[in-house]
Amino acid sequence: MENFTPVQATVGGMIIGLAAALLYIWLGKVAGISGILGNLLQPRGSSKDDRGWRATFLLGLIGGPFLWFALSGQSAPALATSLPDLPLLIIAGLLVGFGTRLGRGCTSGHGVCGMARFSARSITATVVFMVSAIITVAIMRHGLGG
Amino acid sequence: MSDIKQPSTGNSRSILKSLAGLLCGAVFGVGLSISDMINPLKVLGFLDVLGNWDPSLAFVMGGALIVATLGYRMTLKRQAPSLMPFYDSTAITAIDRPLLGGAVLFGIGWGLVGLCPGPALANITLAIMQETWKPLVFVAAMISGMVIHGVLMNSTRKK
Repeated sequence: MENFTPVQATVGGMIIGLAAALLYIWLGKVAGISGILGNLLQPRGSSKDDRGWRATFLLGLIGGPFLWFALSGQSAPALATSLPDLPLLIIAGLLVGFGTRLGRGCTSGHGVCGMARFSARSITATVVFMVSAIITVAIMRHGLGG
Repeated sequence: MSDIKQPSTGNSRSILKSLAGLLCGAVFGVGLSISDMINPLKVLGFLDVLGNWDPSLAFVMGGALIVATLGYRMTLKRQAPSLMPFYDSTAITAIDRPLLGGAVLFGIGWGLVGLCPGPALANITLAIMQETWKPLVFVAAMISGMVIHGVLMNSTRKK
């Protein structure tokens, strides 16, 4: 467990929770990233008024890490060596995109916002995608049956 | 200045909503950066329970849940959000096959590379700075998966 970073994890997590809380207090919206992006992709998904905050939220999400690493002087993770090659990236991306829309939520929408509202649906979804991901990693890293 | 009771039609109200979205998104992205959840290997370290297990992700979710729960509780006695006419309440409560199937598929994709939608998007600027196309390919595939879902849903609805 030498990679365990409890302080950064908790502080960073609380900041994520703050973003989710503010979005609900100000706009009454759930901070589920797959929903915010997915709705924006639907031609008839939302009104013009509703598209504005979705677009700026995603801009902030994309720009936030850039600002943080530029201002804090911390080093960002090396993404080229942390990610697999093209075929796996495409398969995984398709599964994440399709799966989060079918299940109507991802780590943020079900895992944080839904669980914070004690939604049985979101708690179930979170358990299922966690178990599914843990089994996938077990197979990928340790082979079938470990 | 802003009158909360006014119907939300004005231009300045639109700008405020967009600013609120921008700020929330940026704060969200900073949280992902500080907690290192933008790092796929960090996420895989949590999911790899048979290997050198790293419990950090559970602490990220715990921290986020505490603050989000407190924030949601603050809204219980309010009629409406600051800038919108009503709170989005999730109408669907059923635990059905799309929910379970979607969660299984999402979990497989997440486990394959260690990226979920938030961190994938948060990686875009870092990818450009580091001159690697990998996160961009993932995001393009993820958006394609979302669009494919939308098209399939539309065609089944029309039958």
